[in-house]
Amino acid sequence: MLEIRNLHVSIEDKKILNGLTLTVHDGEVAAIMGPNGSGKSTLSYVIAGKPDYEVLDGEILLDGQNVLELEAHERAAAGLFLAFQYPLEIPGVATMSFLKAAMNAQRKIRGEEEMATADFMKAVRAAADGLGIPQDMLRRGLNVGFSGGEKKRMEILQMALLAPNFCILDETDSGLDIDALKVVSEGVNALRDPKRAFLVITHYQRLLNYIVPDTVHVMAHGQVVKSGGKELALELEATGYADYKTLAA
Amino acid sequence: MAAVQETVDQVKAIDVDQYKYGFSTELEVDKAPLGLNEDIVRLISAKKGEPDWMLEWRLDAYRRWLTMREPTWARVAYPKIDFNDIYYYAAPKMNAAPQTLDEVDPAILETYKKLGIPLREQEILAGVQTSKVAVDAVFDSVSVVTTFKAELAKAGVIFCSISEALKEHPELVRKYLGTVVPVTDNFYATLNAAVFTDGSFVYIPKGVRCPMELSTYFRINERNTGQFERTLIIAEEGSYVSYLEGCTAPQRDENQLHAAVVELITMDDAEIKYSTVQNWYPGDKDGKGGIYNFVTKRGDCRGKNSKISWTQVETGSAITWKYPSCILRGDGSRGEFYSIAVSNGMQQVDSGTKMIHLGKNTTSRIISKGISAGRSQNTYRGQVSAHRKATNMRNFTNCDSLLIGDQCGAHTVPYMECNNATAVFEHEATTSKISEDQLFYCQQRGLNPEEATALIVNGFVKDVLQQLPMEFAVEAQKLISISLEGSVG
Repeated sequence: MLEIRNLHVSIEDKKILNGLTLTVHDGEVAAIMGPNGSGKSTLSYVIAGKPDYEVLDGEILLDGQNVLELEAHERAAAGLFLAFQYPLEIPGVATMSFLKAAMNAQRKIRGEEEMATADFMKAVRAAADGLGIPQDMLRRGLNVGFSGGEKKRMEILQMALLAPNFCILDETDSGLDIDALKVVSEGVNALRDPKRAFLVITHYQRLLNYIVPDTVHVMAHGQVVKSGGKELALELEATGYADYKTLAA
Repeated sequence: MAAVQETVDQVKAIDVDQYKYGFSTELEVDKAPLGLNEDIVRLISAKKGEPDWMLEWRLDAYRRWLTMREPTWARVAYPKIDFNDIYYYAAPKMNAAPQTLDEVDPAILETYKKLGIPLREQEILAGVQTSKVAVDAVFDSVSVVTTFKAELAKAGVIFCSISEALKEHPELVRKYLGTVVPVTDNFYATLNAAVFTDGSFVYIPKGVRCPMELSTYFRINERNTGQFERTLIIAEEGSYVSYLEGCTAPQRDENQLHAAVVELITMDDAEIKYSTVQNWYPGDKDGKGGIYNFVTKRGDCRGKNSKISWTQVETGSAITWKYPSCILRGDGSRGEFYSIAVSNGMQQVDSGTKMIHLGKNTTSRIISKGISAGRSQNTYRGQVSAHRKATNMRNFTNCDSLLIGDQCGAHTVPYMECNNATAVFEHEATTSKISEDQLFYCQQRGLNPEEATALIVNGFVKDVLQQLPMEFAVEAQKLISISLEGSVG
């Protein structure tokens, strides 16, 4: 369970989040929607622990633990996963090697044994097959020369492999055609679990046709200004964000 | 990339930016008086029991050196060197030349053991070491031992110290010495010709594929002592050898000079693969101490379709000034240069290569990867020239620079000279910086900042690491990570 209480955040003296409060329960898929500049991506970065953001007040608790006291890699090992809107390229590092390094780094932080290579390969192959990722892609440099859709699928592959208990999807639908969107959504849906929670950040209702949320929260001006069930997303699709832009102003 | 995790562990195991080879060994030492003059040159020659022609060769070099000036064109800065404040000869006291390992001072054996250099053949044969490598161990000014000589001799391969070669095979040394790097080639090469003290000699006879890797391990131990080694490798027609050199030195406050000369010669269809893992003491983080590594390395592809390949991993030295080069004389010959130069702290690197295409259909390939961190400066300087007779020569050059942090510098200075209309040059260069976003991405997946940096750097240098013999590639990968320790955050 993730609990965010009264979160105030600024970057380079610009205030982005203004007392945001949000709770996502285990097994829940929560969607965050909102206009550009409402602070959605900042929220995902702050939860994941990106440097440069200054937390002025508030707390973020993951299963009761205050993650603001942890560095980004420690948060990852604690079970936080962020699927990036723009996944980074790491030239010369084969995707398979990267996955193994990440997997073992997390296990080490948790004080667990390294995974046996054979088991690891098996797990990667199974996850890759499920997402329609060809084996030769795993030998290429991570995300180097991948299409937008391939990069997003690779994010989901990592999510499947690292088995986090809290997943953030930051505008995963951006840059995806309808077929890729389906594949990625199916990948996410396959990971839905009573013990795993999702925070799905998106501009558009479209993604939520495929990843059906339990709750929808509307962000504006660095706060959650309205919460509801999945019907709220449809409502937004019809009316747009205009109301919310003025609401919190 | 199986070694990534190992690299990462290695990085983690280190507390501070400590140079793990920085210890020194207490030994009784036979030293020449301080400074340089003709008597010192005579003394070195006498210590080595050299033939008269060798002494004359040295004296001639010394006299010419007196008229020469230090080169100033490199992008490095250092206080003027007082060549009279250096010891030109220092040797551990030994009873004559040791014939077996048992006669070598245990303190020296212990030193190499600490450095992880296998000298005991029986241990290697017993499988303590994974692969068989013959080693020539050079300690300050002398070679202390060469392993596997008997086994190599069976194949007709000569592998010994150059001092020994001057005694046992003077005709070979005389025939080839100074034919690739002439006595007056440059200031430091000339100094080396006058005062070189030891180094390795390799001769591979016609048609022989050297049955094992050869390597020389250079260690500077004494204070204020310069190391001037000279290596000569001759590969006769149709032969092949892979050779590796490694270098370390204790942590000292003063700067020490290392001015080596390496000459390689390949006849028709012969190949020499020469790899260097250079890890001289780089000085402390404020730039105090460290080795001045002023080295002249050149290969001469004398025969048709011969090949010389240089691979270097440069992580040490306060200043590196070296340009392993190939003279592509034989038609169809090929030169290769693969380099990883890592600089951190206050290190200065000015390194690259020269590919001199003289013959027809000659080809060369240059892959240079510079990594700068801390407040270091890293320059790639390369020259590719096509002689008017070098019809259909081809060169491919790729220089990539990676910056870590915002206080270091990377510079690329390519020179190209074309005198033949059929010549083809290709040049690619990139400069990139490890971005905060890349680091955060890796960190979000569980890697700490140092692990993330090691991973990104390993990816950057992969093309070159692949050129190293397997065992050394793993070693080099570790070394690079250690060199970059403390460069993040």
